[in-house]
Amino acid sequence: MEITAHSFWTLIHGMGFGALYLMACSGALVELYRRYSPAARAAEVEDDRFLGYYLFAMAVLAWLTVLTGAYIIYPWYRAAPPAGAMDLTAFPQRLLLSDPATSAWHSIGMEWKEHVAWIVPISTTMAAVVFARHGRNLRVQPELRGAVFGLVWISLLCACIAGLFGAMINKHAPVEGGTTIHLTHGGQK
Amino acid sequence: MMATSPSKTTNVQDFPNGAGAAAVLAAGVGSFLVALFALIADKSTAIKSAMIFYKPTGPLSGVTTCAIAAWLLVWLVLDRRWSGRTVAMGRVRAAALALLILAVLLTFPPIADLF
Repeated sequence: MEITAHSFWTLIHGMGFGALYLMACSGALVELYRRYSPAARAAEVEDDRFLGYYLFAMAVLAWLTVLTGAYIIYPWYRAAPPAGAMDLTAFPQRLLLSDPATSAWHSIGMEWKEHVAWIVPISTTMAAVVFARHGRNLRVQPELRGAVFGLVWISLLCACIAGLFGAMINKHAPVEGGTTIHLTHGGQK
Repeated sequence: MMATSPSKTTNVQDFPNGAGAAAVLAAGVGSFLVALFALIADKSTAIKSAMIFYKPTGPLSGVTTCAIAAWLLVWLVLDRRWSGRTVAMGRVRAAALALLILAVLLTFPPIADLF
C-alpha cells in the first residue's frame, strides 16, 4: 500500500483540515443555538472557555485548509505540461480542460472553489473573535448574535461548496506525483 | 455614522457592541473584496499579472493576499472607531450579510462572466 506525496498532501488538505472543519462547524452551530436558545439555562452555559477554544480551533483549521490548498496543492493542480505532452495525468487542470465533458469541473468548479473558500476563514475568525469579546453578552444582543450566526451559516455553505468541488475535481483529475510513500507491504496471496 | 456614545448604565442590554459590529462588518467587506479583486483580475490582463505574488499559485496569491490585508485594515480602523461604543447593529448586520451573499454570488463564474 503506497501513496504519492501530492496525493498525501491532498488528503491532509481535504480529508484532514477541510472535512474536520465541516464537522466542527456543524457542531459549533448546534452548540451556539443550544447555548443561546431561550430555553437554555444560565447554569448550563456557565463555561465559555471551551466554546471559545473550539471556535479558535475552527478558525485555525479554516486557515490551514485554504493555505495548504492555495500554496501546496493548487500549484500542482495548475502546473503546465511541457510542450507536446500527450499524457496529462500529472497536470490535472489541463487534463480537465482537454475534454469538453470535464472542462466545467475546472471552469466552474475550481474557479468558484478557489475563491469562495477564502470566505470561510474570514467569517470563522470573526466568529471566534466576537465570541471571545462578547461571549455571554450575545444572549442579550440578538442582532449581533444573528449576524454571527448568519455569517457562520454562509461560511458553512462556502466550505460545503469548496469541499464538494474539491472532492469531485480530485475524482476526475487526481493530484498525483512526487515521491512515493510506502505505507505497508501487503502479504502475498 | 452609526456610532452613538457609550451608555453610562450598567444594564447588560446596553453593553457596547462596537467591537463585535466592527468584526462582523469587516468580515463582510473582506469577503466581498475577495470576490471583487478576483473579478477585476479576471477582466484585466495587467491587474492579473500584477496579482501574481507567488508564481506557482498565480493571480490567486495576489487576489487573496490583497483581500486579507484590506480585511484586516478595515477591521482595525472600524475597531478603533467603534470599540467601546454602541452601534446600530441591525444596519451593520444587513450590510455584512449583503456583502457576504454578494461575495458568494460574484465568485460563481457564470455570474462573474456577466460583467
